[in-house]
Amino acid sequence: MKTNLDIKPLLLVPVLALLALPLIGSVDTWLTLSVAGLAMGMIIFIMASGLTLVFGLMDVLNFGHGVFIALGAFVATSVLSGMVDWTQSQELWRNLVAVGSAMALAMVAAAVIGLAFERFIVRPVYGQHLKQILITMGGMIIGEEIIKVIWGPLQIALPLPEAMRGSLLWGDASIEKYRLMAVVVGLVVFALQAWTLSRTKVGLLIRAGVQDREMVESLGYKIRRLFVGVFVVGSGLAGLGGVMWGLYQQNVVPQIGAQVDVLIFIVIIMGGLGSTGGALIGALMVGLMANYTGFLLPKLALFSNIALMAAILLWRPQGVYPVANR
Amino acid sequence: MLKRLLSNDLPRSTWLAWTLAGVLLGLAFAPFLFPGVKALSVAAKILVFIVLVASFDLLLGYTGIVSFAHTMFFGIGAYGVAMSSSHWGATWSSLGVGVVLALLLTLVLALLIGLFSLRVRAIFFAMITLAVAAAFQTLASQLSEWTGGEDGLSFKLPALLLPSTEFSDTPFWGVNIDGRLLCYYLLFAAALLQFLMLLRIVNSPFGRVLQAIRENEFRAEAIGYRVVVYRTLSSVLSALFACMAGVMLALWLRYNGPDTSLSFEIMMDVLLIVVIGGMGTIYGSAIGAVLFLWAQSYLQDLLRWASDAVSAWPLLAALLSPDRWLLWLGLLFVLSVYYFPTGIVGRLRAKALL
Repeated sequence: MKTNLDIKPLLLVPVLALLALPLIGSVDTWLTLSVAGLAMGMIIFIMASGLTLVFGLMDVLNFGHGVFIALGAFVATSVLSGMVDWTQSQELWRNLVAVGSAMALAMVAAAVIGLAFERFIVRPVYGQHLKQILITMGGMIIGEEIIKVIWGPLQIALPLPEAMRGSLLWGDASIEKYRLMAVVVGLVVFALQAWTLSRTKVGLLIRAGVQDREMVESLGYKIRRLFVGVFVVGSGLAGLGGVMWGLYQQNVVPQIGAQVDVLIFIVIIMGGLGSTGGALIGALMVGLMANYTGFLLPKLALFSNIALMAAILLWRPQGVYPVANR
Repeated sequence: MLKRLLSNDLPRSTWLAWTLAGVLLGLAFAPFLFPGVKALSVAAKILVFIVLVASFDLLLGYTGIVSFAHTMFFGIGAYGVAMSSSHWGATWSSLGVGVVLALLLTLVLALLIGLFSLRVRAIFFAMITLAVAAAFQTLASQLSEWTGGEDGLSFKLPALLLPSTEFSDTPFWGVNIDGRLLCYYLLFAAALLQFLMLLRIVNSPFGRVLQAIRENEFRAEAIGYRVVVYRTLSSVLSALFACMAGVMLALWLRYNGPDTSLSFEIMMDVLLIVVIGGMGTIYGSAIGAVLFLWAQSYLQDLLRWASDAVSAWPLLAALLSPDRWLLWLGLLFVLSVYYFPTGIVGRLRAKALL
């Protein structure tokens, strides 16, 4: 994908996993935690990749990204509770249809809202970081309150469909089926994204735009249109991530967006703002770290990720894959 | 004299000057002008918020960086008082130790966050502070042996500041001269002093450098100012003032919990007050805080009334329910950032120039 691939950051993920092994002690527990961490990491990556590209392409810092995550998760609760016949069926394909349609609807809903968000909230403040932060934060609060109006302020259960529950035993390590599925979906999204970015003309323009916006403009391409596209796709991906996150947690609260936002920010800072590869590495590390410390020192789970970020920034102040020209 | 006291930063608008004088006099004589327990509590809360918002203005309005950890420092101050008073007894010395420890923790944390995030790019600061504040809030509610968890801590203060201490048998102008009144005037003096200190800071050569950085970071660096150092100093100073505001809040409430001092809603309130009052004008914090805290209860009453009026349409009623007042606050916030970026003080000053 890249001609001279920087290998060192890639090693961070296995190194982190191996460092945790002696601390946890039991290989089986470690395996369970690692799979959970990878699943969580892939879900976070799905949500974070859109945000990091939006920033890289247009220098827009969207604090309201969490709204799309929450929206996706809540749309999924409605869809899945409306398809009870399909979710409670023992047949896997029926479950997959239910979850698939929930994901599709959530992505469409998040993308449509994303389009409106870009038009009315973000566009008037292009190029003004301070106002962007304030406005998108305001947009986030408005979105969260509207979600509370529609779905109510309380927690809603989002149970997994029948055939996706339970876990596979591998030796003594139990690996939940859904987590494996999350890893697969995450890999598919990553592969599609990597293919689009590296093999298509649109991807070429996006990468070029991240590197040097003005140059792409002066070659005659409307970068704003490209940006709207990336914003909408990024919002849709956030919606997809929201569905998967909701199923991972098996419940949904209106504050889900703000909670996940924090993790996503840590991820994109660690990865280097604008870099999808960096976001993947950051997301996997955050997922693993959250699960390991959740097992070892539950009270410090969020702090451990901040400490991880601090360590990475000490090593590479611009994130693991610094994007040129920023 | 007055000019020196205000650090040569006069209101520069007749209307503004009169409003500020009104606010000052109103707060100075609040116990006598607005009798009643609730009114006095609102006045005390205004004092706390003036300091909190003015210190945030130093960061947002003068230095041009956004921090979402301001309530964290506010909370540290409040927890400092609450924890020391409830664990070491209600004495002046434990109170003092609590305040000093809170200030030290604030200093170290603010310095660390600043050095980590401001060293690279100011935009990291907003995200990192958000993450740290979220982590801190979780920590505060989980370490329940020390912080009281979600329930928070109720504690006693030295007897001098309690309502049960009567200094005089006869009420003065219909107001009991008790420890509560003393506590109010302690807060008033502290707020006034800190307000003037903040005015002094932003109008000092140091403050001018901050404004230069806000306007053009690159040029400020080129002239020879270390931008990182100034930004970090500004964030540390503002954190220390926020911590003091937290101390004041805890002194008044004699209670502290995650929702009273750490919640994200308070952060939102602070942002809104700064924007409405006027960014980059310390005076805006005083006017904004008075207006906002007065409107806070008023808006909820208005919403309740409106929600009852439209109860025939469930969706509209749900939108207007008092529980959803953050929605309207958010809308107000977005609209004021778009159409009202200089705030009340900015508008008044612009008018005075015409």
